[in-house]
Amino acid sequence: MAESVLTTLHKHHGDDAILQTASYVGDEMALVERAHLLSVMQTLRDTPSLAFNMLTDLTVVDWLGQDPRFEVVYHLYSLAHKHRLRVKVGVPEGEGECWIDSVSGLWWAANWSEREAYDLYGIDFRGHPDLRRILMYEEFVGHPLRKDYPQNGRQPLIRRPDAVPTDDQTTRLLTHSHDRSVR
Amino acid sequence: MAANTDNVATRLAETYDSSGRQAGELPLSPSMEAFAEEARRLPTEEMIVNMGPSHPAMHGTVRVVLRIDGELIKDADVQIGYLHRGFEKECESSTWSQIFPYVDRLNYVSPMLNNVGFAMAVEKLLGITDDIPERAEYIRVIVGEISRIADHLTCIFASLAELGGLTAFFYGNRAREHLWELLEDVSGARLTHSYARIGGVSWDLTEGFEDKCREKFKKVRGYVSDIRKLVERNRIFLDRMEGVGVLPMADAISYGVTGPCLRGSGVAYDVRKDHPYSVYDHFDFDVPVADAGDNLARYLVRIEEIEQSARIVEQALVQIPPGPVIIDDPIIALPAKREVYNSIEGMIAHFKLIMDGIRVPPGEAYSYTEGGNGELGFYVVSDGSGRPYKCRCRPPSFYTTAALRQMIIGANIADVVPIFGSLNMIGGECDR
Repeated sequence: MAESVLTTLHKHHGDDAILQTASYVGDEMALVERAHLLSVMQTLRDTPSLAFNMLTDLTVVDWLGQDPRFEVVYHLYSLAHKHRLRVKVGVPEGEGECWIDSVSGLWWAANWSEREAYDLYGIDFRGHPDLRRILMYEEFVGHPLRKDYPQNGRQPLIRRPDAVPTDDQTTRLLTHSHDRSVR
Repeated sequence: MAANTDNVATRLAETYDSSGRQAGELPLSPSMEAFAEEARRLPTEEMIVNMGPSHPAMHGTVRVVLRIDGELIKDADVQIGYLHRGFEKECESSTWSQIFPYVDRLNYVSPMLNNVGFAMAVEKLLGITDDIPERAEYIRVIVGEISRIADHLTCIFASLAELGGLTAFFYGNRAREHLWELLEDVSGARLTHSYARIGGVSWDLTEGFEDKCREKFKKVRGYVSDIRKLVERNRIFLDRMEGVGVLPMADAISYGVTGPCLRGSGVAYDVRKDHPYSVYDHFDFDVPVADAGDNLARYLVRIEEIEQSARIVEQALVQIPPGPVIIDDPIIALPAKREVYNSIEGMIAHFKLIMDGIRVPPGEAYSYTEGGNGELGFYVVSDGSGRPYKCRCRPPSFYTTAALRQMIIGANIADVVPIFGSLNMIGGECDR
C-alpha cells in the first residue's frame, strides 16, 4: 500500500516534477519541483487510488546556508485509503524568489497554515486569498522562525509614531470580500 | 438579507390585515401600530462588533471581529496568536528531553497526551518504537486516557457554563478534580506533568493506583451522568445546541478538522483505531460518530468518548504487565539516581545526557497520535546533534479554529459562544 502511493504518483508525473522520493522510518516522502506543485497536488487529491482529501499539516524547514534555503513541507492524509504522504518543495531565498503557489484552493486547511508559514518564515504564497500575519502582530518586523532571527530578539509591541502607517487590519479585512467558492 | 431587514414588519403584515385587524378580530392598538410603522422604517446598518480577545463568555484568548446586520453575522474574522510564545523557536535551542515541559503547556488541559505524542515522535526518529517496554506503553495509555476524559469534561462543562448551566460546571469541575488527583498521584503535578520520557515514562505507577482509579472512575461516572440528566432534556440547552454551528462533512475534511469535531460531522476517523499506535490494538473500544455536525453532535461524541476512555483505562489496568517502565539503553534513558550518585559511569552518562542531550540520528519523522482535540502530530527534524533542528507541533485546535469562521457566518451573535465552546479551542496549543 505504502509503496504504491509513490509508484502511482510516478505514473502521473515524470522526473521533471518529482525530483526525488524516499521512505524513512515509515514515512513516504516526495520532493516536488516548485513549478509543478499545483498539478502534482491536484493529482494527489483527485486520483481515486490516491485520494489525499486531507491536508493535515503544512510547515517550513529553514536550511540556512543551503540552496534552496527553505523547504515547504506538506503532510497529506487520505481518509479513504488511510495512507499518508509528505510532499516537500524547495524554495530559494531572495527578493522576489521566495514564493510558492498556494494550495488553499485545493484544501481550505491551507488557508491558515499558509498564513502561519508566511508569518513565521516569510514565504510568499502566490494566489492566497488573504495572506497576512496570524500568530505575530501586524507591527512585527521580520520572520521569527528563520534561523537567522535571534532567539532572544526583542521588539516593541507598539508601533512607533514615526513608523510607516499601515492599514488597520480589521477594517481592511472586513471591507475585503472573500471568494469562498473554492473547489 | 432583505428578508431579514424587515423581519418584524413582515411578520406583522402576515398576522394583521391592511386595516390592522388580526383575523378580523381585535384592532391594532395605537402603540402597536406605531411600532409596526417604526419597524418598517428601522434602519439596519452593518456594524462591526469585536469579541475578545478577553471575553468573559469565551474560553481561550481569541478575538472574533464580526460584521453584523442586526443579530445576524455576515462576516467574521477570527484572530489568534494571543498566546503565541515561540514554542518552535524555544525547542530549537533545547535538548530533546528539555522539550517535555514545553509540550505540557501546549494543550494544558491534557498535557499527558502531548507528552506521549512528543516522546513517540522522537522514538520514531530514533527507531526504538518497538523497544519501548510494554508496561510503559500501558502506563502511557492509562494516563493519556485519564487526560482525555479531563479534556472532554473541560470542554463540556465550560461550554455549559457559558450557556448558563453553572451547576453542570461545578459537577464537571469536581469530576475533573478527581482525575487530576489521579494524575497528581502518578506524576506529582496536577497540570504540567512532564511525566513521559523518551523511551518510556519517568517512574512507575504508585502503589494502589488501580483501586484508587476504579474508585475515582465510579465518582466521575456519577458526575457525568448527573450532568447528562441536567442538560440533555433541557429546552434551553437543546435550542442552543441542536442545528447550531453546523459543519458539513466535506468542509470539515477540507479544513483538516480532526478529533471529536470531525467525528461529530460523521467521519469515523480516530488515530487510535485507524493507525493503532502504542498498545491501543489490545483494547476493545468504540469510536462514537454523530452525523449532524452541530454543537449537539460534538457534545454527544465527547460524552460518549468519556465512557470509552474509561473503558480503555479499566481494561488496561487489568492487562498491564509487570516490568521496567523505561527502555534499557544508557544512550537514551537517564541512569537510576543511585547509580548517578554511586558510580562514575552513571554520573558521566547522566552528565552527558543532561548537557548534550540524546543524539538523535539525522532525519525527519512525522508522528501522529490522537490528542484531546484530534490528530496531534509532531514533525521533528534532526541534524544529528542533541537538539532538534526543527520541532513542529501539528496542533489540532489550529485547524478546528480555522473552521470557526465558516460556522458562525449566518448565525446569530449569541451563537458564537456555544459554537466556539463546542470546538474546544485551547489557546496554548492553537497559538503555540
